[in-house]
Amino acid sequence: MSKSVLLKSSLAKKYWMAATGLFLCLFLVGHLLGNLQLITHTGESGRRAFNEYAYFMAHNPFIKVMSWMTYISILFHIIDGILLTVENKKARPIGYAHAAGTKSSTWSSRNMALLGSLILVFIVMHGAHFWYKAKVKHDMLLHKVTVQSPNGPAELYVTTAGSYLPVQGVKVKNHTEFFEPSVDIKLGEGYKDLHSVVIAFFSGKETNGVPGNENALFAVIFYVIAMVVLAFHLMHGFASAFQSLGARHPKYTDTIKNVGNGFAILIPLLFAIIPVIIWKLYN
Amino acid sequence: MAAKTINITLKIWRQKNCNSKGNMETYTLNDVSTASSFLEMLDQLNEQLINDKKEPVAFDHDCREGICGMCSLYINGRAHGPDNGVTTCQLHMRMFEDGATIYVEPWRSAAFPVVKDLVVDRSAFDRIQQAGGFVSVNTSGRTMDANAIPIPKEDADKAFEAAACIGCGACVATCKNGSAMLFVGAKVSQYALLPQGKVEATQRALNMVRQMDDEGFGNCTNTGACEIECPKGISLDNIARLNREFLKASLVSNK
Repeated sequence: MSKSVLLKSSLAKKYWMAATGLFLCLFLVGHLLGNLQLITHTGESGRRAFNEYAYFMAHNPFIKVMSWMTYISILFHIIDGILLTVENKKARPIGYAHAAGTKSSTWSSRNMALLGSLILVFIVMHGAHFWYKAKVKHDMLLHKVTVQSPNGPAELYVTTAGSYLPVQGVKVKNHTEFFEPSVDIKLGEGYKDLHSVVIAFFSGKETNGVPGNENALFAVIFYVIAMVVLAFHLMHGFASAFQSLGARHPKYTDTIKNVGNGFAILIPLLFAIIPVIIWKLYN
Repeated sequence: MAAKTINITLKIWRQKNCNSKGNMETYTLNDVSTASSFLEMLDQLNEQLINDKKEPVAFDHDCREGICGMCSLYINGRAHGPDNGVTTCQLHMRMFEDGATIYVEPWRSAAFPVVKDLVVDRSAFDRIQQAGGFVSVNTSGRTMDANAIPIPKEDADKAFEAAACIGCGACVATCKNGSAMLFVGAKVSQYALLPQGKVEATQRALNMVRQMDDEGFGNCTNTGACEIECPKGISLDNIARLNREFLKASLVSNK
């Protein structure tokens, strides 16, 4: 097997585009299932459940492998997409004076590069809003609860072991680890309060010490628009990936197209209603 | 339907030779019979240009019955013009209104350089074909009768449908990426489906795709426009088959 064939040829680029695209579709499903907990559970138990889930996602070795595959897929999908677009522009140096008709292909299929670029802008923004705070910046507040005791309200950290530690009585190291201050014994590990970060971001209201986002309504609108863009990208991308991999047959091609259209509408729609519902709940 | 005559305005790409820079020229042509074909209309225009002592418009044509694949022309934003499933020679002037303005352009592709006016060099297709679009047959005098090999009717039909490709290049002209995948898909499919073609299937897929890439055609993004504009109705099934054949070939080939 020639090494260059599976990397350089025009078809190989399409195989990689399809494979990474389909993997990213799987990622979308996983990401959505996690996000839906923001609206399926409410109150303190919802906050706890979401933060537990976020902790699991950050620590489970299988999820870690999947997340690295996701980063690599996004990168490959982008690089491959740019290479294909540049080559495709070169293939027609002089354009037509009379614009091509629009009846023989769908708008989505002709604008995948534009849609993909817009999604990239969204991914960068979305990464800055949440991923960067959780993974890189490390200044996210820890999950804290206030309980009423006979001596008045007391603030407690929730540990990943399910116990509670007094905020005043422990020292935090490495952002999430609790230590006994005098003898330096590790008492446990706490949850980052990603739930409150999300709620504060989309509701605009101060949430458990996380300041409210002043542009919450703008953020909600931006996220909804981004999901519309994603829907159009998937409308062509899902079924197209199967065609690129040669999976086409009268028996199942219609099913793939229908599933693709359903996927393209349902997944972005469910993603989009989450910020809308959060905003509605607090405003 | 009784033929009537129409008056039209033509905007045609004029280019002296492959090195010169071309431009769109406007011509008016009166009394064009709606029963005439598009190419007959261009003949009429050329007669008028010759009478006016002007250079006639160069365009490709040969059989004028839709089977040779020689005629081309990108007419009003569509390969082979506004009718479906026809080549330009089968396109009739009854498809146009009186007073219409008609844009006539050559196929636009880096792999199909303009030779003159509306004539493009489609030898890139020939080179792709030469790279693997054939079966090697012993011609020493003991050639086996092709009909002696049983072939399922369904496969024979599919191979025949793929072989209906006349290599006109409408797929490339229509594709927003200038991709030749429908052509190569058809040429690979017509052999891949038949027992005689299976022997060289691996090398055929690899070599024809490599030649296609070397010629400077774009990449398929599955818009499906080629299938719609193809005068012979070649299906996207053939592109999917090429995708399968090439994947298989790149995984098993020794080269």
